[in-house]
Amino acid sequence: MGDEDAWRELVTRFSRYVYAICSQAYRLSQEDAEEVFQEVFTRTYEHLEKLRSDEAIRPWIGQLTRRTCIDRLRAGAREEIVDPDTMPGGADETMGTLDEAFAVHEAMATLSENCREILDRFFAQDESYHTIGAALDIPSGTIASRISRCLSRLREAFEGRNPAADPSS
Amino acid sequence: MTAYDEQRLAELIKALPPAPQAWVEAAQVLPLARGRLDDIVARAEADLAFRDALVANLEDALRLEGYEPETIPLDELRRRLES
Repeated sequence: MGDEDAWRELVTRFSRYVYAICSQAYRLSQEDAEEVFQEVFTRTYEHLEKLRSDEAIRPWIGQLTRRTCIDRLRAGAREEIVDPDTMPGGADETMGTLDEAFAVHEAMATLSENCREILDRFFAQDESYHTIGAALDIPSGTIASRISRCLSRLREAFEGRNPAADPSS
Repeated sequence: MTAYDEQRLAELIKALPPAPQAWVEAAQVLPLARGRLDDIVARAEADLAFRDALVANLEDALRLEGYEPETIPLDELRRRLES
């Protein structure tokens, strides 16, 4: 894989995580979120040589996104500046959930394309059985059972990748 | 029930909806374009004939040197060549 392809894949892999930090943890406007989103990926690209360890990338991008969101909130000329760390269910708590969500999406990436698509379309993209059935050319009456089966596979994959998540291990 | 039962996994899938596609596409190309831009500006500073050709007809000069103008932020390149 060339560097350009690898870069595109990295953006795809982390785009949801960065977007969710901006919009859920720090509740930025769409305009501010877009600017932070682009700044985070520009700075990530500039530091890519120092981030060759895969394990280092997620926490680095997470921290960079948090700092950039806070800078944006502080710089914004707002009538009411909100301190995200003092909000109910504040940024730290949301970040914990988003880190878990990222790990689940990483586990999803190991499933079959069909399972990935069904789970993502139904849960993350809020599509109806009818829309999913039409998009994937499968009977909509079978979607519920497929979702259940794919969730079971995801659970196995997730617990396999994260043994600490399995209390029986 | 475990800490990660299927309901919890479903909630965590839902917690990461897709970012707007246009944002993702821009993030995939802009840093690469900036790299090309830096390369062109450095060459123009070192090679006055190349710089003059760029100023005379930016897109033709880029094509002659093997660049694809549509992958380069041309307005920013013009601004940097003028500064």
